[in-house]
Amino acid sequence: MKLNGRVWKFNDNIDTDVIIPASFLNTSDREELGRHCFAYLRPDFTRNVKTGDIIVAGRNFGCGSSREHAPLALKEAGVRLIIAKSFARIFYRNAFNIGLPLLESEEVQDRVSEGDRISVDLLSGEITGGSLEKALFARPIPDFMMEIVRSGGLVKYIKEKGTF
Amino acid sequence: MGMTITEKILARGAGLKEVEPGQLINAKLDLIMGNDITTALAAEELEKIGIKKVFNKDRVVVVLDHFTPNKDVDSAEQCKIVRQFAREQGLSEFYEAGNVGIEHLVLLENGIVVPGDIVVGGDSHTCMYGAIGAFSTGVGSTDMAAAMITGELWFKVPETMKFVYTGKLQPWVGGKDLILYTIGQIGVDGALYMAMEFTGDTIDSLPMQGRFSMANMAIEAGAKSGIFAPDKTTEQYVKGRAKRKYEFYASDADAQYKEVVEIDVCGIEPQVAFPSLPSNTRNISEVGDVPIDQCAIGFCTNGTIEDLREAASVLKGRRVHSNVRLLIFPGTQEIYRQAMKEGLLEVFLDSGGVISCPTCGPCLGGHMGLLAKGERAIATSNRNFVGRMGHPESEVYLSNPAIAAASAVLGRIGSPVELGLKA
Repeated sequence: MKLNGRVWKFNDNIDTDVIIPASFLNTSDREELGRHCFAYLRPDFTRNVKTGDIIVAGRNFGCGSSREHAPLALKEAGVRLIIAKSFARIFYRNAFNIGLPLLESEEVQDRVSEGDRISVDLLSGEITGGSLEKALFARPIPDFMMEIVRSGGLVKYIKEKGTF
Repeated sequence: MGMTITEKILARGAGLKEVEPGQLINAKLDLIMGNDITTALAAEELEKIGIKKVFNKDRVVVVLDHFTPNKDVDSAEQCKIVRQFAREQGLSEFYEAGNVGIEHLVLLENGIVVPGDIVVGGDSHTCMYGAIGAFSTGVGSTDMAAAMITGELWFKVPETMKFVYTGKLQPWVGGKDLILYTIGQIGVDGALYMAMEFTGDTIDSLPMQGRFSMANMAIEAGAKSGIFAPDKTTEQYVKGRAKRKYEFYASDADAQYKEVVEIDVCGIEPQVAFPSLPSNTRNISEVGDVPIDQCAIGFCTNGTIEDLREAASVLKGRRVHSNVRLLIFPGTQEIYRQAMKEGLLEVFLDSGGVISCPTCGPCLGGHMGLLAKGERAIATSNRNFVGRMGHPESEVYLSNPAIAAASAVLGRIGSPVELGLKA
C-alpha cells in the first residue's frame, strides 16, 4: 500500500481538543466534524487540506480525550496518514479502528518540510521524496493493525471476518 | 516470575495463569461505560455492524453528563439518540437528570464498578477506577461498540511504572498535588502506554478522594491506567456500595517494573499547572502574580464531598473577590444533597459563588462557564490545553480545591495560608 501526499507539519503534544474542539462535539455527523478540524489552532487547515495529505508531527500526537471525533475529523478533512514520533494510546487505537493509518518515526518530523510531497510505503515503512535526501524507515505497522487498515476500519473488518 | 496487580487482573480477564508486558490478550470485560458524546457514535457503529443487542444489559452503563442538561438543540438531539439506545437495549444502569452525576463518580459512588474489575469506557478519564483497584482505561467509540457486542476487547498488556511516595504531606497538599507534581516530573507522555502503580507509606494513609484525583489523571501522563492496591481505605469505601462480588489484587514482591520512581513528599508544596499542559507545574510559592477571572471547583477530578468540604473550609466567612466568578460543580446529585445537608452550599452562596448541577460543563469547554478571549481561570479539573475552557486565547490553571478557593477570594492564584488559614 503506497501513499503519496503533501505534508502538514505539527509540533509535540497535539491534543484532541485542538484537533476537534469540544464545542463541535454536539454532533457525530462526519462532514460537520471534518469542517472544524483544527478550527482554532490552524484556521487555514480545512480550507487548504487536500484528500491524500499527510500530517507529520512530534511526540504524543492525539493526547487528551478519548473522542473518536478527532481521527474522524482528520480523515473526513482528507488526511490519509499521520507520521509522528509517538502517539497517545487511545488516539492510536481510534485511528486504526476508523481506518486511518499511523506510522511512528523519530526522524521524519525533523527531516521533512511543510508542503513537501512525500511517498510512503505502509508495509515497509519506507518514506521518500520532498526534502529527504535518502529514504527513511518508520516502524512497520503491526500485522493485526494492518489487517484493520486493509479492511477500512474495525467495523468493516468485523463484518468481513464475521467475528472479532 | 511475579506479576503486578495490573498483570494479575488482566490475566484473570484473559483466562490465563499469567501474562507479561507486550503480550496481546483478549480480555473479558466486567463493565463498559459511555456518555452522551461517545455513546452516540458507538450506537451508530453498532447499527453499522448490524448487531441488535449488547452482550449484557447489566454491564453496559450510560451516563448523560457532558453536554447536559442539554446545552443546545444539537446536544439535545444527541442525548435523545443515546437515551433511545439505552431504552431499546433495556440497560439497567442508565443515568440522567435526577439521578445523574459525572460518570466516573456515578460508577464509583453506586458501586457499579468494583475492585478487581476490568472496565473500558468511552471517556479518557475512565482510568479513575484504578483508585479502588480495578483495571480501567479509556477507549474510543468503535472499541466501545465492539466491547458492547462481545463483552471482550483486545489489549496489549502494559508495562508498569511504579511510584513510591514516602513521608508526610504538607498542609493543603493532597492527591491532586501529588499527581500534578508527578506529571510535572515525568511529562505528559512520561508513562505513555504504561500502567502507573501508586504505592508507598504516603499512599497508605491517603484518603479515597486523593486516590480518585491521582488515578483520574494517570491519562495526563499518557498512561493506559493508574492503579492503587486495595486496602482498608478501599474496603471502607466499597463496603455497602458494591453491587457485585469483588476481589482485591496486589502486586507480587518480585513483580517486574519498567521503572521505579521514588518521591519524597515532605517538601512538596501545593501545585499549580500553568497553561497549556498538565505537566507545566509550579510550586504555589513560585506562582507569582496571576490574576484570575473565574474559579471552577468540582468535576470528576475533585468533585467529591471531601473536595467540597475542603473548598468550603477556605471560603467560610469570606467573600469571593469582585473580579472573580466562582462556579461550583458537585460530582453527583448525592454529593450535592450531602453538601446541602452539611451547609456547604450555604457557604458557597454566602461567599458569592454559583452552584451548578453535576455536569462536565466548562471542564471540556462545553457549557456553563466558558471563558472569553484573554480570560483566565483556576480550576480543579484535569486539563489545561489551549482553549480547553473556552476561547483559544483563554487560560486554565489547575490546582486542588483549597488553592482554587483561596484564589477566588484573593482574585489571583494564591494559598489559604495567605488568608491566615492553617490546615
